[in-house]
Amino acid sequence: MSGNEVKVYSTPTCPYCRMAKKFLDDNGIDYQDLNVAEDKAARDEMINKSGQMGVPVIDIDGELVLGFDQAQLKEKLGL
Amino acid sequence: MTAVVYAARKRIDTLLLSKDVGGQVLWTAGVENYMGYQYIEGPELIQKFEGQVMQFPLEQKIGQGVAALSRTDAGFEVKTEGGDSYQAKAVIIATGKRPRQLNVPGEERLKGRGVTYCAICDGPIFAGEKVAVIGGGNSALEAAADMVKIAEHVYLVSLTPLTGDQILIDRIKDASNLTIFLEHEVVEIEGSNRVEGITMKDLKTGEEKKLEVGGVFVEIGLIPNSGIVKGIAKLNGLGEIEVNCACETGVPGLFAAGDVTNVPEKQIVVAAGEGAKAALQAHRYLQRL
Repeated sequence: MSGNEVKVYSTPTCPYCRMAKKFLDDNGIDYQDLNVAEDKAARDEMINKSGQMGVPVIDIDGELVLGFDQAQLKEKLGL
Repeated sequence: MTAVVYAARKRIDTLLLSKDVGGQVLWTAGVENYMGYQYIEGPELIQKFEGQVMQFPLEQKIGQGVAALSRTDAGFEVKTEGGDSYQAKAVIIATGKRPRQLNVPGEERLKGRGVTYCAICDGPIFAGEKVAVIGGGNSALEAAADMVKIAEHVYLVSLTPLTGDQILIDRIKDASNLTIFLEHEVVEIEGSNRVEGITMKDLKTGEEKKLEVGGVFVEIGLIPNSGIVKGIAKLNGLGEIEVNCACETGVPGLFAAGDVTNVPEKQIVVAAGEGAKAALQAHRYLQRL
């Protein structure tokens, strides 16, 4: 278990979001899943934070990973 | 992935190198023509493929793309984006295709800031906004059909008359919040921090017109990921790797399979079959060495 605070901004139809969440699950990382298709506040939060209009955006202790980038996730999570 | 299963069953010492797992199948919402499944979602089919690959003891490096491929005395050297290097006697290229870009000013800068190449991923973020879908084929029509349900207005901008299936055209043609511009070329995407609009040119009159939109969905087809074999193997006019019916590229030990090649019909079932062929041919090649 890691002590990182992780938020995943995603849409239910996005395959890269599913893969990113599966990657976190497989590595035993707890995260908060925010569905930006339904949750307008989360959508605005994601856009304000990252400037991104694309998912997934993954926030690890305030640092952002754009897209499902395994190499970056591993590095930021110390896996 | 099929090539890997065949290679593993022949007990070839195999390394699977890939940026990601799934490729184009991931962006496919529903698959209704892969045998064994009347209907299966793209990502679910990929999970099944992955599960089948994983049952073999196989070395794999997922997450890094291949940066360079070169020929050596012993065969080939493959360098990854992370700087790792591997030697192989035979190589199978099964890198598929990626979305084609418009190559207009503003596109690169506004990527992820309103410009998207994955409508099924990012569509819902643009609910209530005005958006432009660029393209006239099936993927553009599918994106337009999804977006008319949630966007304030959808502009469909196509360089040509619509080329997609009639069933998809029928699905959107009566939507009250859709405007179709045929034979219009996008010349620029505007916006500072995010997309604010596009400029397009009417190919018949030469007249330029601006549209105010918050999102641009680029759905203008795919290009092959064949860059790493440029200068080594022969590519056709579309950039596809030329192979014969045995998946041979003409370079001894270098095979290619699936959508990255000139094989007719880009289908999951065809690509899987080609992968099987390439692995069996590579096995024969290694036995002859």
